[in-house]
Formats: sequence, structure tokens, C-alpha cells
Amino acid sequence: MTIPNIVGAGLIVIGAGLGIGRIGGQAMEAIARQPEASGKIQTAMLIAAALIEGIGFAALFAA
Amino acid sequence: MRYSFFSKKLVAVIFLIAGFVSAQNHEGEEVETGAHDLKTQIKEYIDHHLLDSYDFNLYSYTTDQGEHKYIGFPLPVILWDNGLKVFSSSQFEHGEAVAEVDGNHYALYHNKIYKTDAEGTINFGGHHGDETHTEDAFGENLVVDDAHPTNEKPLDFSITKNVVFIMAVALLMFLVFRSMAKRYQKSTMPRGVGRFLEPLVLFVRDEIAIPNIGEHKYKRYMSYLLTVFFFVWVINLLGLTPLGVNVTNNIAVTFALAMITYLITTFTGNKNYWKHIFWMPGVPVPMKIILAPIELLGTFIKPFSLMIRLYANITAGHVVLMSIIGLMFIFKNWIGSPLSFLLAFALSLLELLVAALQAYIFTMLSALYFGMAVEEDHH
Amino acid sequence: MEKLIEQFSFGLFFWQLLLFVALLFLLRKYAWKPILGAVEKREEGIKGALEAAEAAKKEMQNVTADSERLLKEARAERDVLLKEARDIKANIIAEAKEQAQVEGDKMIKQAQATIESEKKAAVADIKAQVANLSVEIAEKVIKQELSDKGKQEKLVEDMLGDIKLN
Repeated sequence: MTIPNIVGAGLIVIGAGLGIGRIGGQAMEAIARQPEASGKIQTAMLIAAALIEGIGFAALFAA
Repeated sequence: MRYSFFSKKLVAVIFLIAGFVSAQNHEGEEVETGAHDLKTQIKEYIDHHLLDSYDFNLYSYTTDQGEHKYIGFPLPVILWDNGLKVFSSSQFEHGEAVAEVDGNHYALYHNKIYKTDAEGTINFGGHHGDETHTEDAFGENLVVDDAHPTNEKPLDFSITKNVVFIMAVALLMFLVFRSMAKRYQKSTMPRGVGRFLEPLVLFVRDEIAIPNIGEHKYKRYMSYLLTVFFFVWVINLLGLTPLGVNVTNNIAVTFALAMITYLITTFTGNKNYWKHIFWMPGVPVPMKIILAPIELLGTFIKPFSLMIRLYANITAGHVVLMSIIGLMFIFKNWIGSPLSFLLAFALSLLELLVAALQAYIFTMLSALYFGMAVEEDHH
Repeated sequence: MEKLIEQFSFGLFFWQLLLFVALLFLLRKYAWKPILGAVEKREEGIKGALEAAEAAKKEMQNVTADSERLLKEARAERDVLLKEARDIKANIIAEAKEQAQVEGDKMIKQAQATIESEKKAAVADIKAQVANLSVEIAEKVIKQELSDKGKQEKLVEDMLGDIKLN
């Protein structure tokens, strides 16, 4: 691994982390607002997080 | 002196939390060379752990005489090289000997089987110019790491450690679920292991299949969703046992699973699904032309992300876990090692969650893709 | 990425695909179909039982409503009957009264007629007797007063006058 690779990987992790964190936070807010829809929100949250994670991993392997 | 010793420890603890790479650099100078050797050794061990293996080793050690001892048993090697060649992996003697079958010689190099001559010579096609060099397969003076051997690679269908584990999991699942199904013949209430498994089966049906695929069409996909859910979950969990055979960190395994999802999606897709790919309704014609290749690429990216996600999550989990366990041997002091142990313990618990979560996500996304494939036109 | 491609083991892929597909079909035949079938059957059973209970409840309500309606009808009928009976009673009484009145009147009339005729008969009888008496008296008077003519005539006149008074 060269230095640019490591920096790139770090950037990817930061980006993906921020994205997933935001999804999680928003989902929490949504659940607090509508506790009866928590199941649907959780599912949507997991799917969105999984998609970001997938992109993140793909980028990590490319880096 | 005493003060500096203690401060060193403190620094080590802080850096352990910040990241083990930094912590290692702050090890005491007097063990610098030793720690470096240990570091390479641990790294090699982790790499080895992540790879598949031709024999089922539980563990190995080196005797005082410098002799490698292996506890385990060999597995059959099956090659297709102008005819089927079957022999026991014990012939490789753990990569230290050349196996000979029907006048052909095979040797292990970096855990892959290459066809060699009787001495086990590995030829390297150099990356730099035409310069080629040969090396001993047992690599006493292995320097070039990223060079690729130019030796012929026979088609390899060996029953490796991972294959044995897949077989074991398949057999276990078949027996357990068969016995569970049999119990239902006597009464409609679950008995024994079914009491634990039935809620999971219902979870897959009610929380994964029905919401994503729809009330009317989910039944066709239930078998695959249930099988893949339990398969991935069980095999992930077994990867966390001390046997440590983590099958899902092989890209080949996750590729096979993702490919099945892709094939099912493609072959059960209805007219509406293909219309949305090649001729997106509701957008202007130029956009339709631009969108078609993107959508088509999307159908490949979806299973690709499934494959990468499962592989990367499990691999990353194992690498981090084993690195932290490895830290125990690097620290060798009364604060760092217990801390590593606790960290490893907490991480193991997290990995238990990840094992189930990845099975859930894989099944969930598969169901989502199936749902897209069979969605009816509602414009 | 290169590392991933290099790591890819075709043998492992082949075995995974083969074993997984075999497992999929075996489990589908021997496990998932029976399990899901049994679970579905049970759920259907529960649903059926619930529906049956609901239907029974409704039936029960219907029965209660029916009986209440019947009771109400019976009560109304009873009231009607009672009213009719009362009317009939009143009618009978009224009729009886009327009849009695009529009968009474008739009897009274008859009685009056009888009395009248009796009276008439009695008067006639009296008249006859008076005539007889007068004749007898006249005979006696005549026998007595034959001597005195004036007295005789006066007597007869008086007597006659008395009778007229009657």
C-alpha cells in the first residue's frame, strides 16, 4: 500500500462512516417521531446503509 | 528508569485505543527486532488463516528441533489436467514436497497448485522487462513478492478445508431442518429445535419476503431466501469458532451466492422489469437511451455489491479480531495483553452480531431484487 | 481488486455452487415445503377458528335479538288480546244492560197493560156489581118506597149521582 492509497482508503472510510451515521441518526429521529413505523424505518435504514457500505467496500478494494 | 518504563506502558495503552499500528511503533527499543519478527509472523499467520487450505489443520507448531508439526488430517486433491488426477494432500507435506501423479508433478506455491518439474521449479514472468528468474518452490530465498508464476495451473476441484466445511454445514442444515419438518407431521406445533427455528423461518417470511416481494409472489422465492439466510448465518457463526474456518471470506463463495441471486432475478424478471431496464417509462427518449446502459450495469452491480459486502465484512472482522489477538503477543505486559483480550472479547461479540446481520442483509437485498423483478406495472 | 481476482478459486466456486444448489433443492423438498405448509395450515386453522368464533358470536347476538323480538311480539299480542277481552266484556255488559232495559221496559209495559186491563175488568166488574147493587138497591128502594113516590124518585136520583161521581 502506498501513501495515496492509504489516504484514499481513509477518505472512503470517513465518507462512508458519515453517510451511514447520518442514515442512522435520521432513522432514530424518524422512529422517535413515528414509533409505530419503526419496523419499516429500520428496514429502509439497513438497506440504505448496506448500499453505502457496498459502495464503500468497492472503493476500498479499488484503492 | 522506573518512571520511563511506566510511561512507556501508558503510551502503549493510549495507542492501543488509538490504533494498534501506532502502538506497535512505540514498543521498547530492546525488543525492536524481536517484535518485528513477531509482527511478520502474526501477519503471515493472519494471511494464512484467511486463505483456504488443502488439508484440515487444527493447529501447527515448531518443535525444539526446528521441525514443523501439524495436527489435522489431509484432504483429497482433485485436479483436471488432461484427465482426472486424484491424490491425497499429504503428498505435498504442507507445501514442503512435490506431489507426483501419473508422471506429472505438482507443487504448492502461495497456497495454489502449479504444475512443475520433478524438482518443483517455479518460473516467474518478471514484471520488469523480459527478465525471468526461477526459484525454488519451497522458497528459501523468496524475494519477489508480487511476481506471478508462469507455470501451468491445472483446473483445481480439490476438496479443500472450506469445501469440507460447506459440506458439513449443508449436511447439518439438511439434518436439522429435515427433523424439524418431520415433527410437523405429528402436530402443527413446533417441537424441540423447531421452537427456536420456527420464529426465524417466520421472520424470513414475514419481515423479509412478504414486505419486499409481495403477498402473492413471495412463495416462489421462499426456499432460496431461507436456504441462503441459514447457510450464510451458520457458516459465519462457525467461522467464529476456534476451528476458524471462515468460508464466507472467500470471494469464490460469495460470488457463487451472489450469482445465484442474479440468475434468479434475471430468469424470474417479468416484462415490466425489463421494460424499466431497457426503455424506462416516463422519461424523454434521449434519457431512455442514456438510462438503458446504466440500468443494465446496475443489474450487475447489485449482485456484485452483495458479493463484496459479505466478503469484506467477514474478512475485515477476522483481520481486526486476529490482529487484536496478535497484539497480546506483541505487548507481553500486564496492561496491554488483558486490554487486548477484552477488546478481542468485545469484538467477538460484535462479530456474532455481524454474522447474523450479514445473513439478514444478504437475504434482505436478494428479496428486494426479486421484488423489483416481479413488480407489476403501476403507472 | 487484483488481489481479489488472484484469490478467486474456481474449485471452491464450483463446489459452493454445486453444494448450495443441491442443498437448496433438498431442503426445498424435504424441509421448507413441509415446514411452511404446516405453519400455513396452522395459521389457516387459527384464522378459521377465529372466524368461527366470530360467526358464533354473531349468531348468538342474532338469537338474543330474535328472542327479544319474539318476547316483544308476544307482549304486544297479549296486550291486544287483553284489550279485546276488555272490549268484549264491556260490550257484553252494555248489551246485557240494554237487553235488561228492553226486557224490563217490556215487562213494565206488559204489567201496565195487565194492570190496565185488570183495572178495566175491575171497573167493568164494579160497574156490573154497582149495576146489580143499584138494581138490588132499586128493588129494595122500590120495595120500600113504593108507598112514597116522591121519596122514591129522589133516592134513585141521589144514588145515580153518587155512582156518576165514581
